[in-house]
Amino acid sequence: MITIDWANFTPWSALAGGALIGLAASLLVICNGRIAGISGVIGSLLDGVREGRGERALFVLGVLLAPLWWGLVTLLPRIEFQTGWLGLLVAGLLVGIGTRYGSGCTSGHGVCGLSRLSARSLVATLAFMASGFATVHVIRHLLGA
Amino acid sequence: MRKLIAFFAGLIFGIGLLLAGMANPAKVLGFLDLAGAWDPSLALVMGGAIAVALLPFAWARRQSRSLLGAPMQLPQKRELDRRLILGSLVFGIGWGIAGICPGPGVAILLTGHWQAMLFVAAMLAGMLLFTALERQRNH
Repeated sequence: MITIDWANFTPWSALAGGALIGLAASLLVICNGRIAGISGVIGSLLDGVREGRGERALFVLGVLLAPLWWGLVTLLPRIEFQTGWLGLLVAGLLVGIGTRYGSGCTSGHGVCGLSRLSARSLVATLAFMASGFATVHVIRHLLGA
Repeated sequence: MRKLIAFFAGLIFGIGLLLAGMANPAKVLGFLDLAGAWDPSLALVMGGAIAVALLPFAWARRQSRSLLGAPMQLPQKRELDRRLILGSLVFGIGWGIAGICPGPGVAILLTGHWQAMLFVAAMLAGMLLFTALERQRNH
């Protein structure tokens, strides 16, 4: 049985934030013909792909500067970590290598891929959601960390 | 013009992540914890994003050039191969450990938290490791 955490449920900011993410992905594909997939964009910057390097770098710069812009207008939302340094290190490595082998992450597959009705992205999204749920279950309820 | 669009798309994307709560690892873990007190908010983030992006992508799929004349670069691959599935499973494990995926990692990098810097550094190392392994494989 699933118990909903009503105290932390934030439907309106989630929908509005999601809509902004969808708007950004739409802008990039309609105007520039590109997929707003963070892992793909960063991966090809790291690999030194020449084509579209400026556009990619500026897209990443926009994401990087978002909290600074936000901070000019109002207080930053809460950012709370529940993982120690070793967990963060392992998590980062797995996220880096996994998104490159799987050709995408939550933005490339989860938002852009599902929006263009790609079967590959649906399979990828189901896979990372399933292993994400399973991992948290193991860590919190089986290991009790 | 395309560079300007790319910058603003990134800025809007990052603001969306912050507003949605995706940039708070504790909230992401609350969403991934089905057996605890479950916070379903993040399902609405994806729902909201797809609801907005569905029509623009339907349009884009039928074009060979973008509005600003760039070639439409949509992925052409169709196979559901082992790399796609295993890679995504590995990504999900990392996501479940820390509650951070690549977009939010970048979006909180400059907020002064050492945790975000460590995570992103490890993520970049993981990506470079992939490239190195691929180069070796193709030799």
